[in-house]
Parts: sequence; structure tokens; C-alpha cells
Amino acid sequence: MDALLLEWDTVVAAFWMTVWLTAVSALGSLLLGTLLTAMRVAPLATLRRTATVYVAVARNTPLTLVLLFTGLGVGANLGVELSSDIATNNFWLACIGLTAYTSAFVCEALRSGINTVPVGQAEAARSLGLGFLQTLRLITLPQAFRAVVAPLGSILIALTKNTTIALVVGVSEASVRMREMIETYGDQVMQIFLGFAAGFVLLCLPMGLLFGWLSRRLAVAR
Amino acid sequence: MSYANLYETPGPRGARRNRVLAGVIALVLLALAYVIYVRFDAKEQWSAAKWTPFLRPEVWTTFILPGLAGTLAAALAGVVLAGLFGLVFATARLSDHRWIRWPAAAVVEFFRAVPLLLLIFFAFFGSYVLIGVNVSAFTAVVFGLTFYNGSVIAEIIRAGVLSLPRGQAEAAHAIGLRKGQVMRLVLLPQAFRAMMPAVISQFVVLLKDSALGLIVGYDELVDRGLNGIAANFSNIIPAAILIAAIFIGINLSLDRLAHRLSRR
Repeated sequence: MDALLLEWDTVVAAFWMTVWLTAVSALGSLLLGTLLTAMRVAPLATLRRTATVYVAVARNTPLTLVLLFTGLGVGANLGVELSSDIATNNFWLACIGLTAYTSAFVCEALRSGINTVPVGQAEAARSLGLGFLQTLRLITLPQAFRAVVAPLGSILIALTKNTTIALVVGVSEASVRMREMIETYGDQVMQIFLGFAAGFVLLCLPMGLLFGWLSRRLAVAR
Repeated sequence: MSYANLYETPGPRGARRNRVLAGVIALVLLALAYVIYVRFDAKEQWSAAKWTPFLRPEVWTTFILPGLAGTLAAALAGVVLAGLFGLVFATARLSDHRWIRWPAAAVVEFFRAVPLLLLIFFAFFGSYVLIGVNVSAFTAVVFGLTFYNGSVIAEIIRAGVLSLPRGQAEAAHAIGLRKGQVMRLVLLPQAFRAMMPAVISQFVVLLKDSALGLIVGYDELVDRGLNGIAANFSNIIPAAILIAAIFIGINLSLDRLAHRLSRR
């Protein structure tokens, strides 16, 4: 246990970084994922096709490759600079990569949520004279969201664990610190691993419970 | 799936408006693509010299094919071991004995909650201290893939067994099968068939996750592409696009397989 106590501040800072990466990317994925869902059900074929291709590409590419591409392609080659501070810049690049990847999964979940909304709901909305965006915003999406709270929770948990891969863009979050500590305190591998694992369990367990509770509470009674 | 019930079929005016909108959106998307094209072009990422290496057979034989072989080897070993792990722990979690059920549940929940990368680091950097041997990057990757995906597959199979009608187990018991036989001969085969699409999606996840091997220096496809090809021809963008295309191709065919199986 010594190593973890000795380096307590570093460990906390590492997990703090994990939390930040998760929070920013989760918000971004939710927004982009909702937009993609709206595009996939839109009356315009151009929008539908664009969103479909995007989701297929983002879902089927390894996250490692997505993040490397954001770091080397978007960062170094496209010359996108989000901050003059390298660490901050890397943080935002990692958030972009994680958002680009996760939003595809959010879109898939939401779309299956739209499938659960009875046809009559949208038909009733249309017969009231609501247009596509109104129907989507006021009738269909709210019910779809409530149907997919649990899958969205799983996506959030997966995202939390996926932030460990941000190390390929140079963000020092939990996995980087764990590797460093295993190399420094070689005799305490087991404790260090279990300590970091416990950190993730502590982050993910409440999320799972919260989303389980929310999904039961928000479920649409039919 | 069609979502046409979300909007009225446009009349003549609506159709005209939609056409204009579609045109505008297409223009915006093209403009975006053009900006990206120009930015990459400024770094000469589209120049022929950066793409022609893919036409040379030795680039394929030294980088891409060995990389693909590495990825597939890790994924295949992972699929087999994770499948076994899943089968064993799903059965254990469904056991009638508390002393089997609870430890199995703890193991499955633990490995589901820990990021795969931490498992790989644990095996790769910790093995010497723990078991006295340095394991290879391949072993570390397969170790991670097995325990993480195995626990997910265990949950999928368990859900499959629980979703079967109770009468299946009751009937099997009634004709005199023992507990093990009920599970092996009646429940698991049905659960496996029902859950095949979910299991295959998990295999897609596993295949993508094998790319993490790059971080511990395992020679898989992403590593060979970005650290191998790109280092020699400084064509990082073309290499990334090619590697992504290979992954997308494989995963989409697996997806289609899952689809076909679920319809059957």
C-alpha cells in the first residue's frame, strides 16, 4: 500500500483527469449523438446518408486509431491548436477523439430508442400540424431518451474506461500513472493494480446504479 | 427501418424546399471536405509519393500483412479464450451453490469494471515481479482481451439462459437429466443461439480492442501501419485511412454475419 499512499496526490490527480475527460466527452457525445440521430431520421436523404456513413466509420474503427488520428492528423497535420499549452491542447484533442467515437454509439442507442416510440405518437403529432423538427423535439426524442437511459449509462461507463486510451495523445490520466508507478515501485505491482482498478470500480459502480435507478424512474409507462 | 412517419410526405412546395435544403447541405459538406483536403494537401498528404507505397508488394509483405496477421492472431486467441471464460463463468454464476455463484459474480463484475488497458499493463509490466517471467506483448494483450471480453460474454450468455422459458429447464429435469446435463444439453445451446448476434458484436469490440497492443509494442495492424509504414514514407494520413478501411471492412462483414444469424 505504501506506493499508493506515497503518491496519493499523483493518483488523485490522474483520476481527476479521467473524470474531466469523461465529463467533457460525455457532454460532447450526447450533443453530437443527438444531432446524428436527428440527421439519420431526417426527411433529407443527404443528411441521412452522411450520418449513416459517419456512424459506420466511427463505430468500426478502433478507438486507438481514432485517437492517434486526432493527435497526429487533426493536431499535427491539420494544425488545429486549441491551446498554446501542450497539456491542455492534448486534453482537448483527446476529448475530440473520444467524442467522435462515442457519439456514434450514442446515435445507435437513441435510434433504437426512437424505434420503441409507438407510431401513433408521431402520427398524432403530425395530425396536430407539427413539422418534422417539432415532432422530433417535442414528441419523439423525449420518449426515445427515456427508453434508452440504461444503454446510455453503459455507454458512459464504457467511455470512462476508454479514457485510459487518451495516453496515446499524451494525456497523463490513470493508465499512464499506473504504468509509471509499476515501473518505480516494482515490488508492489499487485497493490498498485488493485488500487487503480478500485478507482475505476468506484467511478463506474455509482454510475451503473444511478442509471439503473434513473431508467426505472423515467421509463415511459405504456 | 424507415422513419417516414416522422414527417408528412412533402407536397410540391415542400419538395422544392427540400431540394434547395439538400443542395445547401451538400455544398456545406463539400466545403468542409474541401477545407480538410486543402489542409492535408498543404502537408502534402495527398501527393502520389505518399500513396504509391501501398502499390509496392514489399510494403504489404513487410508491414500490412504481418500486422493484419498479428491483429487476427491476438483476436482469434482472444475470441477462443474469452468464449471459454464466458461459458465457464456464466455457468458458475447460474450455479445452485452460493459458494460458486458469489465468487464467480465477483470475478465477472471486477473484470467488467477495469479498463482493458490497465489489465494489459498489469500483465505486461507486472508479470516479472508476480510470476518471475516477462510475458510477451502478445500474451499480455490476449490476457487482457480474455478477461475483459470473457466477463462481458459471460453476462451475455447468462442473460440468454435467464431469458429462456422456465419450462425448458423444468422439462429437462422432468425427463431425468442431471443439473449439468440440463445446462449443457438444453439451456446453453439455446442461449447461445439466441445470443449469437450479441456475442458477435462483442467479438467486433474484441477485434478493435486488440489495437491496444500497439501501446505495449505488439506488432498489430495499427502499429505496423502508423509506426511502420508512416515512419518510412512519412504518410501518416494515408496509412491511417488504409488501416481504418481494413478494420471497417472486417467489422462490417462481421456485423452482416451477426445480422444474418439473428434473422435465422
